[in-house]
Amino acid sequence: MDKRTAPDLTAFHLNGQVVEVAADPGERLSHALRERLGAKDVKIGCNAGDCGACTVLVDGAPVCACLMPVQQAAGAKVETLTGLVKADPHADRLVNSFQAHQAAQCGICTPGMMVSAVALLRAQSAPDAAQVQDALGGVLCRCTGYRKIIDAVVEAGAGHAPAPEGSGDVGTTIRRLDGLPKVTGTEAFGDDVAPPDALVLRVIRSPHAHAGFTFGDLDGFRAANPGIVAVLTAADVPGLNAFGVIPGFIDQPVFAVDHVLFRGDAVAAVVGDAATMARFDPADFPVTWEPRPPLMEVEDALAPGAAQLHPGRAHNIMCGGHVACGDAEAALARADVTVEGQFTTVFVEHGYIEPEAGFAMMDGDRVVVQACTQAPVMDQDALMQILALPRERIRIVPTAVGGGFGSKIDVSLQPFLALAAIRTGRAVRMTYERVETMQSTTKRHPAAISMRIGASRDGRLCGMTFDGDFNTGAYASWGPTVANRVPVHASGPYRVADYRATTRAVNTNCVPAGAFRGFGVPQSAVAQESLFDMLAARLGMDALEFRILNALDNGVPTVCGQVFAQGVGVKPCLEALRPAWAAAQADCDTFNVAHATRKRGVGVAAGWYGCGNTSMPNPSTIRAGLRADGTVVLHQGAMDIGQGSNTVIPQIFARAFGVPVHDIALIGADTDLTPDAGKTSASRQTFVTGNAARLAGEALRKAVLGQVNASPDAVITLDTAGLTVTDGAQTFTLDLARLSPNPAGYVLEVAETYDPPTKPLDKNGQGEPYAQYGYAAHLVVVEVDIPLGRVRPLRFVAAHDVGQAINPLLVEGQVHGGIAQGLGMALMEEYIPHRTENLHDYLIPTIGDVPPIETLIVEVPDAHGPYGAKGLGEHVLIPTAPAILNAIAHATGARITRLPATPARVRAALKEAGHA
Amino acid sequence: MGYLVAASLSEALDALGRPDAAVIAGGTDWFPAQGSRPLKGDLVDITRVPGLRGITQDAGGWRIGGATTWTDLIRADLPPAFDGIKAAAREVGSIQIQNAGTVAGNLCNASPAADGVPPLLTLGAVVELASTRGIRRMGLSEFLKGPRQTARMPGEVLTALIIPDLPVGAQGTFLKLGARHYLVISIAMVAALVTLDRGRIVQAAVAVGSCSATAQRLPALEADLTGRSAADVLAAGAGVILPAHLAPLAPIGDVRGSADYRMEAASTLCARALHMAIEQGGQSHG
Repeated sequence: MDKRTAPDLTAFHLNGQVVEVAADPGERLSHALRERLGAKDVKIGCNAGDCGACTVLVDGAPVCACLMPVQQAAGAKVETLTGLVKADPHADRLVNSFQAHQAAQCGICTPGMMVSAVALLRAQSAPDAAQVQDALGGVLCRCTGYRKIIDAVVEAGAGHAPAPEGSGDVGTTIRRLDGLPKVTGTEAFGDDVAPPDALVLRVIRSPHAHAGFTFGDLDGFRAANPGIVAVLTAADVPGLNAFGVIPGFIDQPVFAVDHVLFRGDAVAAVVGDAATMARFDPADFPVTWEPRPPLMEVEDALAPGAAQLHPGRAHNIMCGGHVACGDAEAALARADVTVEGQFTTVFVEHGYIEPEAGFAMMDGDRVVVQACTQAPVMDQDALMQILALPRERIRIVPTAVGGGFGSKIDVSLQPFLALAAIRTGRAVRMTYERVETMQSTTKRHPAAISMRIGASRDGRLCGMTFDGDFNTGAYASWGPTVANRVPVHASGPYRVADYRATTRAVNTNCVPAGAFRGFGVPQSAVAQESLFDMLAARLGMDALEFRILNALDNGVPTVCGQVFAQGVGVKPCLEALRPAWAAAQADCDTFNVAHATRKRGVGVAAGWYGCGNTSMPNPSTIRAGLRADGTVVLHQGAMDIGQGSNTVIPQIFARAFGVPVHDIALIGADTDLTPDAGKTSASRQTFVTGNAARLAGEALRKAVLGQVNASPDAVITLDTAGLTVTDGAQTFTLDLARLSPNPAGYVLEVAETYDPPTKPLDKNGQGEPYAQYGYAAHLVVVEVDIPLGRVRPLRFVAAHDVGQAINPLLVEGQVHGGIAQGLGMALMEEYIPHRTENLHDYLIPTIGDVPPIETLIVEVPDAHGPYGAKGLGEHVLIPTAPAILNAIAHATGARITRLPATPARVRAALKEAGHA
Repeated sequence: MGYLVAASLSEALDALGRPDAAVIAGGTDWFPAQGSRPLKGDLVDITRVPGLRGITQDAGGWRIGGATTWTDLIRADLPPAFDGIKAAAREVGSIQIQNAGTVAGNLCNASPAADGVPPLLTLGAVVELASTRGIRRMGLSEFLKGPRQTARMPGEVLTALIIPDLPVGAQGTFLKLGARHYLVISIAMVAALVTLDRGRIVQAAVAVGSCSATAQRLPALEADLTGRSAADVLAAGAGVILPAHLAPLAPIGDVRGSADYRMEAASTLCARALHMAIEQGGQSHG
């Protein structure tokens, strides 16, 4: 008897329904659920059991659907989030509490988290935080920092009703306006939107860091594989075979022509029907590699005689940055105390749980790309060049984005998909494999930093020099931005009259380094904030008071010579930490007296970050309209990648227009429907797009009030009767029907643009790079296991000057998430090309690694910000890593200068510091 | 190319006699190793073979069936000697992995960092291998030949682990060192099994993982411990471990830690695991 099920049906119960699938032998349950049964709420992040996003319940037990052959589920009861939400009372409570706590940011891990939580709540009523951590430990999240998830599950288990939300006005916490689909499993991400008959595309990538290559018989290959519809190479690119993000640095080929510069460089794409591509092995593709010696380190690339990787970049130096004021060397020479140090950081992977995914199709003579992105209009710009098509023939419809953190600003699969759709005339889809996203998409730049800082005996800073080399990898991406931003920020938020900072971005044969939350500033802060502690110690000063003494203030010039008359909030952030600082030092002293092999320490660090592009225009435009039925529609194109712009921008608009936010109808990002709100990057959306939303709200309000000649402080009301205006004792109901709608269907329509006022930097970096900065200061308590070198953060206190919190819980969410990423950068994250290309060799923090975080929201309003608001996203992880390093030093006397502070490195430093 | 859900052991063994046939159980190592490459050959699923899943006790000791999951092990009512393997089970990946992955699969995968191996070595586990040629048994250390290498022949299934009866009062412990909580491959790990009698160690077994090609018992340490007073061992602190005790270890340096660090961490973990075993054993058995 042959019981092979190859052609057989596998039957099981899916969310209460009997289903049957004709799956391939050994097909992953996750694939069958998504592709054969439409259960797109099962998310795939790694296909290796490392991320847990695909968690489903099989006979009540949570398992990774990516690790179970569908045949093994035969006869079993399989439950996914959408089914649980309909039928399980625990899931119902979790839907409520996850929204109330904003426990879902991007939402890609949320199904895995919630399914795991349902299993816990079924087995354990009212679990505590530790039980929640154990139960959810198998699901990775890169956005939230996990603490809000823990809170949400504990609350759902306890059966408490969530706290009521605020009004929605600026300054009040409301649930995310786009939050419900994230917690019910219906949100559509990049891999969830392709039509069922879409062709599938796979990219052929270099396995070598540096190689020449030749193709074999491509026509023969295609002929031998009837299911393969097209093979694309550089010869098939009608326009410019290159992409990039900065004019003058458009250097990365869509398809390499005859040589590759990093492991992961694309050389060809294969497009075929789904069944064929499921059986396609890239190893069968006819290409021959001739490996060349790779330049993996900056010193290799700078060495005399090293191969030059790009024309015009002698010694592989791509570009540099420079800021100088006063006379740094003279100041250091006269300083009473100086410290110096060399600091090294490594490649850091963004680690979003959603790999790049999407599809493209033709709509008449237009190509439409639906994919996850942080920058739809920049995607359109890139495709115009690559496809040699005018803007109006390219439409970008972003899907929900399962995390980005900078890497999804650059195009990834969009050119491949668009080329393939044009070539085949069919819908073509693609999802990066985890290895592929880790190999081929941008990383945080490794930095090698030398820094000297001086001070006079009274504790005032006296001279600072900074030299940083950044490994920018094979292609430019955002390397020039890192090179420019770092010298502007490397002083930290302090008064430094005599300063010189110089950077170089150096090409190597590593994966391209690009934008990652903070654009190089987290790396420079590691050096500067570590040296500040050493300097304070040499001066015999308290580390926090030393920072407060030197903090920037209103009327005090930055190292760029920019003087802010208002809005400088670093001192209030540092001062907010004073009570926790004193208490933590006392706690650590008590603990350390009683313990020999474990030592506790407390560290602080501060940071600042300029919001928006550096001395470059970066306008945002917001459009809004009033329909004849009285509906106010906001066209909101600022990509929400989990940070919350889909909620913040409407809150600002609603305040400006003068109605409750829930009365506004929203249209999300789509290049056909929403004007350019710029990229979600540079902590600019709340500030820049927020201002555009404010202006648009004000303009539409003015237009409405103008219809009835009402005074500026009249009250607008939207209800079922339409739009009424109350002006003192008078009430007007607008007769909108008498106005003729424009082609977009609006009787009144506005579009407003905001671009932050900046001034160019001169050759010494003097000027006005940003219209506003945001400020931060973190405190962390760590415990160090002395014999093992294991460091465990115990709690954080994070003070952030956000000018005006538009939605305070969203602020906390950014703070928590940034701290988790900073913690990972400090303690565990190291991307090594060729070696850590998965999520079990490359470690990001789990739910067990992030301790409680207390967020102190400081509001020093900024004159340029909408209602005083400042940007926040990137600021958060700037102080985290140096605060941890300072806490380790406080606990043990050991100073870590190379990240990450893995147990082995910490142990070596402890021994050097004299610990047994 | 096919997928067979074996209804009996003999059916599984017959199917595995075909070329390119592979065993699949929990799938937690099989799928990551396969990646997105297309399947070539047959898969033989042994998870529904009657009698292959679960833990039983008979005259010869304890028998952990080849399809027993980590969660099955965690939930089984077992004596304190099994506390170490249970602690290891809770550290295997995540609950999702523990619910699907099998103890036997962890051994067959033969990672130097396999969480199950050190505690099973301290328990003196014997593996049972079945094929159409019959059944054979061997000690776990003999079964593990090297990284990703075992004595399992083509066509064989690891049908059970047999743990010989242990002294009453034997206490197992396990410590795993990684760079994060949950979902982590260890830098080093140690299992200890200690039996106390009136304040003296009458039997000790210590094994270290991730510090050699396969996890190793430390016979010199075990010999030194035997007969010593538990109080002395506790008082000696980390000094209870001497460099010579660690001679069987030959750690490598990799992304998780240097060789020197691993050696030092192993020593620290050995002392801590022994102390835990003594303290817990002392509490349970006076």
